[in-house]
Amino acid sequence: VPNSADTLTNLTVAGIRDGFRAGDFTAREVAEGFNANVAAAKALNAFIVETPEMALAAADAADADRAAGTLKPLSGVPIGMKDLFCTEGVQTTAASHILEGFVPQYESTVSAKLWAAGAGMLGKLNMDQFAMGSSNETSYFGNVISPWKRSDGGNAPLAPGGSSGGSSSAIAARLCPAATGTDTGGSIRQPAAFTGISGIKPTYGRCSRWGVVAFASSLDQAGPMARDVRDCAIMLENMAGFDAKDSTSLDLPVPNWEAALSGDLRGKRVGIPLEYRVDNMPKEIDALWEQGITWLKDAGAEIVTVSLPHTKYALPAYYIIAPAEASSNLARYDGVRYGLRDLPDGAGLQEMYAATRAAGFGPEVKRRIMIGTYVLSAGFYDAYYTQAQKVRTLIAQDFDRAWETCDLLLTPTAPSAAFALGEKSDDPLAMYLNDVFTVPTSLAGLPAMSVPAGLDGQGLPLGLQIIGKALDEQGVLNAGLAIEQRAGFTARAERWW
Amino acid sequence: LPPIVPVAIDAVMSVDHATVRKIASLARIAVSDGEVEAMVIPNKLRLRDDVVTDGGVRDKILANAPSGEHGFFGVPKVIE
Repeated sequence: VPNSADTLTNLTVAGIRDGFRAGDFTAREVAEGFNANVAAAKALNAFIVETPEMALAAADAADADRAAGTLKPLSGVPIGMKDLFCTEGVQTTAASHILEGFVPQYESTVSAKLWAAGAGMLGKLNMDQFAMGSSNETSYFGNVISPWKRSDGGNAPLAPGGSSGGSSSAIAARLCPAATGTDTGGSIRQPAAFTGISGIKPTYGRCSRWGVVAFASSLDQAGPMARDVRDCAIMLENMAGFDAKDSTSLDLPVPNWEAALSGDLRGKRVGIPLEYRVDNMPKEIDALWEQGITWLKDAGAEIVTVSLPHTKYALPAYYIIAPAEASSNLARYDGVRYGLRDLPDGAGLQEMYAATRAAGFGPEVKRRIMIGTYVLSAGFYDAYYTQAQKVRTLIAQDFDRAWETCDLLLTPTAPSAAFALGEKSDDPLAMYLNDVFTVPTSLAGLPAMSVPAGLDGQGLPLGLQIIGKALDEQGVLNAGLAIEQRAGFTARAERWW
Repeated sequence: LPPIVPVAIDAVMSVDHATVRKIASLARIAVSDGEVEAMVIPNKLRLRDDVVTDGGVRDKILANAPSGEHGFFGVPKVIE
């Protein structure tokens, strides 16, 4: 064994689970390996809080469970937790200043399920502030850096994608084998694509939103990020499920997605949406899309062309609906019950609210709260919010029509590979365009995943997105697996941190 | 007549087939069975009994308050 710690931290979730069960190593050895990688990767800034002692405690419990023959589905597997999930006794900030120091007195449903399944926590992962961003440049706790570098010899730090950029960076750098993410308009899929990993946003309602810091409640959905499709299936099985505490939680059994994984797509029809061939898309992404079509044909799928005619209205509608919901959800941060309070000398209650929110929210969060407040204000409500909701219905109907002729859709995940930090941060519109392929699915509540499919000319990962019908996570995972089996993506960021 | 039933997906997700039919009828839009099916993600907004289901955790609720005094949230004076 060349380096056993490095060998262990290069294992997938399934590899850790199965190796641990077979007695090849202890859970403590695994946790120590990942703790060491986390501690040595400060340059990536992927974690806001590190919890090595919690990872070790879960590992010791797993080792005891193995001895007692009471193994759980994720026994021995340490994971990263996006800082949007409330964790009892561990600071939860949504990467904001306004929640700095907030220590939840309760556990989110999704994280509680993962701990109950035997997983251990390595720490709280950095992210875009309140999940608002596509590059991880809006965190109060500093940018997350991607472990990837361009092969042109330049040393520009690259964006790990956002908003789940701590999750994507940490997995790509082998700081954790899997992590939670959340996806409101692409925040699992785009960072997965930027860092050469996999991630799935399930159908809206599969994972409970209880205890997840709210951004846009009708869109927010938790999902797993991991190195491959199987690991996403394993994680999702242990995150999903009905929860009476979330009124939009789906009251349905959780399928055994891992057991039903199959890359055989015979009998499946995969649609290629015409409208996703956007202007100025890099040739490499177009070529990768064609390659994906070839792979899916090879797996037995029939390829059909479909039209999603309202696609061009998805981003404008999203950037009305999501800020509108955010302006309502973030009204709770007022300096009274938790988090930051800024009370200038002699200030009254109203001045305290205004000062607290001015000091506690970052520029992008303020921008979205202002947009949301505007579109919900009397006189503009019908022109913007009501109109956007109608567009949302039309977009959902586009997908419904597509399902008359196909079972799944294949698209690129993002219109470019990872960009350098600072490259788009001065231009919010350019940043928003990054979500052009992921936002429509979010508006329709459909399951979708990104799988790594290749590298661009600068050696950076590119992802392909599979979109499925509501509740057909299995179809999405299976098509993802078919691509994974054919792409043979093994590239890994060379360690510089 | 409006071209579509102007309801949001989150509202759609909480309605049943009968409601979709009723709305479509009000909007004077003929919908086929297939269209009714397509608009509905199988979810309903649940109701529960109107009873207190939690509580008794005052100190937990106050644990993160910037100013918690005598079991209350402290705020600046509102009345001059």
